[in-house]
Amino acid sequence: MNSKLDLTKDMTMDALTSQKVTFKVFRFNEETDYLPYYNTYTLDVTHEEVVLDILNRIKWDHDGSLSYRRSCRHGICGVCSIKVNGKAILACKSRLFDLINIFGAELVIEPLSTKRAIKDLIIDKKDFWDKHAEVKPFLTGEIEETPQSEHLVSPHDAEKLLEADYCIQCGACHYSCPALAINEQFIGPAAFAAAYRFSADVRDESPLDRLHIVNEEASGVWDCVKCMECAEACPKEVNPIEKITKLHNMIFEANIAKNNVATRHAVGFAHSIAKHGLLDEGELVRYSEGNFGVLKHVPVALKMFTKGKIVLPWNMPKADKLDEIQKLIKSSSTVKF
Amino acid sequence: MKELKYALFTGCTAKESTPEQMMSTLAVAKKLGIELVELTEASCCGASHLQDYDDFLSLVLNARNIAYAEMHGLTMVTICNTCQLNTAMTKHRLDHNAALKAKVNEKLAEVGLEYKGTSLITHFLYAIIDDFGLDKIKEMVVKPLSQFNIAPFYGCHNIRPSELQNESHKGHENPYNPTSLDDLIVACGGVSVDYVEKNKCCGFHAELQAPHTAAVLTGNAVAGAMDANADWMVTPCPLCHLKLDTQTHHASVAIGREVSLPVLHMQQMVGLALGCTSAELGLKHHVTKVNFI
Repeated sequence: MNSKLDLTKDMTMDALTSQKVTFKVFRFNEETDYLPYYNTYTLDVTHEEVVLDILNRIKWDHDGSLSYRRSCRHGICGVCSIKVNGKAILACKSRLFDLINIFGAELVIEPLSTKRAIKDLIIDKKDFWDKHAEVKPFLTGEIEETPQSEHLVSPHDAEKLLEADYCIQCGACHYSCPALAINEQFIGPAAFAAAYRFSADVRDESPLDRLHIVNEEASGVWDCVKCMECAEACPKEVNPIEKITKLHNMIFEANIAKNNVATRHAVGFAHSIAKHGLLDEGELVRYSEGNFGVLKHVPVALKMFTKGKIVLPWNMPKADKLDEIQKLIKSSSTVKF
Repeated sequence: MKELKYALFTGCTAKESTPEQMMSTLAVAKKLGIELVELTEASCCGASHLQDYDDFLSLVLNARNIAYAEMHGLTMVTICNTCQLNTAMTKHRLDHNAALKAKVNEKLAEVGLEYKGTSLITHFLYAIIDDFGLDKIKEMVVKPLSQFNIAPFYGCHNIRPSELQNESHKGHENPYNPTSLDDLIVACGGVSVDYVEKNKCCGFHAELQAPHTAAVLTGNAVAGAMDANADWMVTPCPLCHLKLDTQTHHASVAIGREVSLPVLHMQQMVGLALGCTSAELGLKHHVTKVNFI
C-alpha cells in the first residue's frame, strides 16, 4: 500500500519537474535563402513533453513560419523524423528528458538531411523513395482474379520476415548511413530491409530478381561499411543491418554470388581460418583482389613491412587445437562458393 | 582489492599487423596488476564478414572461443572492437534463442565442447574503466598527458548496437554521445577533444570492396580531429588504428586535403601515462610517426 502511494507521489513529482532547455533550430527556405541559419529558443520543458510538442510551441508561440512535417502523432506514419544533435528520432515519440539525458540542455534540431532541406525541417525525400522503388518492394506472383480463399501465411512463415515489415519508411536509417552519404548509388539500409522483407515472404514468386538487384557492385549490399548506424537509428527496431547480412547469405545460398573482390573478401575468411585458425591478413588481400589487383596495395604494404606490421607467410601464427577448428568448419559449413 | 583476471581473446591483428597493440596490452596489464590468460585456442571471429558468407559457421566458431573462456571460468576480454561485436553478438543470439544454442552445441559436442553462456564478454577499455576504476588509474599516473589535446576515436563496434554495448559495459554509454574514452583521456591527465567524427565509422570494413567510401570516412575522421586542434588520436580498436595510421595517403587524396595525425592505441595512451617506455608500448611500429615522444 505504502509503495503504491510512493509511486503515485513520484510520478506526480516527475510530471511537475521542468527544465530550461536551449534549442538551436535549423532554418532554411530554398526559395529565399542561399545558406541555412539557426534560430535559438530557450524554453521550459516538462517531463512528459516530446520533441513535437516543442516544435508546436515554437511555431504557435514564437515563429509561425517554422515548417516541419507531422501527422499521426503515434509513431506510425514516419513523417516527423528529424535529427536532434545528430541522432535521428521521431519527433512525436522522443521525450525531451531522454534527449537531455544523452546530450544535456542544449539541443540542436535539424532535418534528417541538411543537404536535402527544402524548408526548415522539411526535406525532399525523393532519393529515399527512388531507392525504395529500385528494390521492387511488392509481392510478385500469379494471382487469381477471383480467389476462392485467403492466401494465408502461417505464423512460422511470418516470423521469417524478422519484423522487417515493421518499417514505417521514416528515413531515419537512410539518412544516418555514412556509405550512402558518400556513394549516392548505394541502395541503403531502408531499401535493403524492404528487399529482404519481400524476398523472405513465402508468397513472393521472384525473390531472385530482387537478390540480383542488391547483388550489384557499388549499389548493392557489398558496399555496407558495417557501422551499425542503421540498427541504432531505427525507431521501430527493424535492425536493417541484420537484413543486409541476410541478403548476403541469400545471395550465396542462391548461388548467384559473383566472383569479385567483395564476395572473395567474405569467403576468404573461411579459407584462412581453415588453414591457420586465424586470419592470414596478407593472403586475404591477395585472394580478394587477385594477383593483379593486389599490386595497388604494395606501397602501403611496404611501409607497413618496414614497421614490422607484415607477417611473412612462413611466420604465420596458428591457433592451438587447429584440428578442432578444421573439424568444425567441415561439419558446420552451410554454403559453398 | 580482488585481483582482476580475464581470459584474453587477442584477435588476429594483435598477432600480425598491430604487434604494438599486443605489446601495450601486456605492458598495461602488468602495470595495473591485471592477469590475462591468453586463449591460444581461439580462432578468428570472422570480423563481420564470415557471417555474410556463412552465418552458422561464424556462430559455431565464436561460440567455441567463448566456450574456452567459460572453461577458465573467466570473463572474456577483447582488445578489438570487431572481435567484441562478433563475440558479444554470438553470445546475445545464443542466450536469447534456445533452439539455436542447441544447434550450435550439437556441433561443439563433436569436439567435446559446450557453450553454456556463463562468461561475460567485455572490451579491455571497459575492463579498465568498470572493473579497475578510473580513480585508481588517476592515482597511478606518473607522467600525466597534460600537454596534449587528444582526440578520442571510439570505433563503431564498441558502441553500436547499444543493446550489446549495454551488456558489456556497466556505464551504459550512449552511442550518440559516448564518454568512456574521453574519461580515460582525462584520467591520464590529457585534454579530450570534442569533434563530430569521434563516434563515426573509419571505413575499415569496406576498404577492399568500396575503397573510395572507406577513404573518405578515414579522411573525415582525421580532418575532424585536426580541425579540433588535436595533437594526436587514440582508439580502442586495432582496425580503426590500421585505417587511421596506415591509410592517410589514400584518405588525403579522397577528401582533397592533406591529413595525418599520430594515432595511439588506447593501451599505449594508458601505458604512457603510467610511465611505460616507448619500446614496451611498441611505438616504433606505427606508420604515421609518433612524433611527440
